[in-house]
Amino acid sequence: MTDLSSNIILVIAVTSIATYLSRSLGVLFSERIDESSKIFRLFDCIAYSTLAALISKVVVFPAGDLGEASNLIRLIVVFVCVGVFFIAKRNLVYPTVLSAILLTTLIKFV
Amino acid sequence: MIRSGFYLKGLLSVRSVDSPAIALGCSFLAIGALLKNIGFNFQQSFFSTFFTYALPGQLVMAESFLVGASLLNIFIAVWLVNARLFPMAVSMFPLLKSKKQPKWKYYISCHFLAVSSWLIMKKDYRTINEDYRIDFWMGIGTATWSIAILSTILGFLVSDYLSKDMMIGLAIVNPVYFFCMLLGSMKNIAIGTSVILGTILGPVFYLFSPEWCILYGGVAAGVIAFFAGEFND
Repeated sequence: MTDLSSNIILVIAVTSIATYLSRSLGVLFSERIDESSKIFRLFDCIAYSTLAALISKVVVFPAGDLGEASNLIRLIVVFVCVGVFFIAKRNLVYPTVLSAILLTTLIKFV
Repeated sequence: MIRSGFYLKGLLSVRSVDSPAIALGCSFLAIGALLKNIGFNFQQSFFSTFFTYALPGQLVMAESFLVGASLLNIFIAVWLVNARLFPMAVSMFPLLKSKKQPKWKYYISCHFLAVSSWLIMKKDYRTINEDYRIDFWMGIGTATWSIAILSTILGFLVSDYLSKDMMIGLAIVNPVYFFCMLLGSMKNIAIGTSVILGTILGPVFYLFSPEWCILYGGVAAGVIAFFAGEFND
């Protein structure tokens, strides 16, 4: 096995452990929590807000390929797609498909 | 051991036209292509999604690997970006608790916890008998996890045919889909405030602390939203 291969295997192992840690600790902690309790409602709020924070961070300060599109173009795509989502009575298919087409088109022609 | 009827119901819940399968598939297709481009072979790409199954974490891993970061740095960076899974687990597993079910199911199936499966479960759990929600959850998890693995394989295989523009187009699908899904789940003051404040505070905190912005922004927004909800009640 080459050095690179064994490095990659270690990186995958470390990534998997770091990810499973959050999931399993969540399960452990939740054993003592009742679904009608205030602490459950607090964690529910934190879960939704953390997801929202993650998604908006990905759009505004993206890593990887998305960073190749300008901030303005990314925001236009998101706003248009959210508009389509509500116009289409909360249908998720139209904005999802439109987002890829619109972003690719805007990058090419703007 | 696992009630097949509920498991199957969960498994088939990703069949609907507006299921997260499309967004999930597009994102992991891009991950598969990315992993091939940075030097992962077929098996390594497969096992990356098989064992990790967390898109932002895998992206951070790929970026850290590219710049030659140490294993400890990769561990911390991935743990930080995936820390959102902790409150997600705490806000979901109490809904699945049953004295009739063994604990191992909870600790194995928590591997399936991701935005897609979490949002489906939060939407549908009331329709399932309390004692068998964990089986339903395992069905949802198996389905979304399998889609992610298959898409990673597909992305790896077709990476040579994907242009840069197509990769960028694929990358926007995931945030748009899940943002719309979050907006759709704003059913009360607390959740609505959580989503709106989280959306604003995530990027704001990035300006001060890029590594911790998701946690800081998420916790701050969540706590404010919780009190807004309690005050409103």
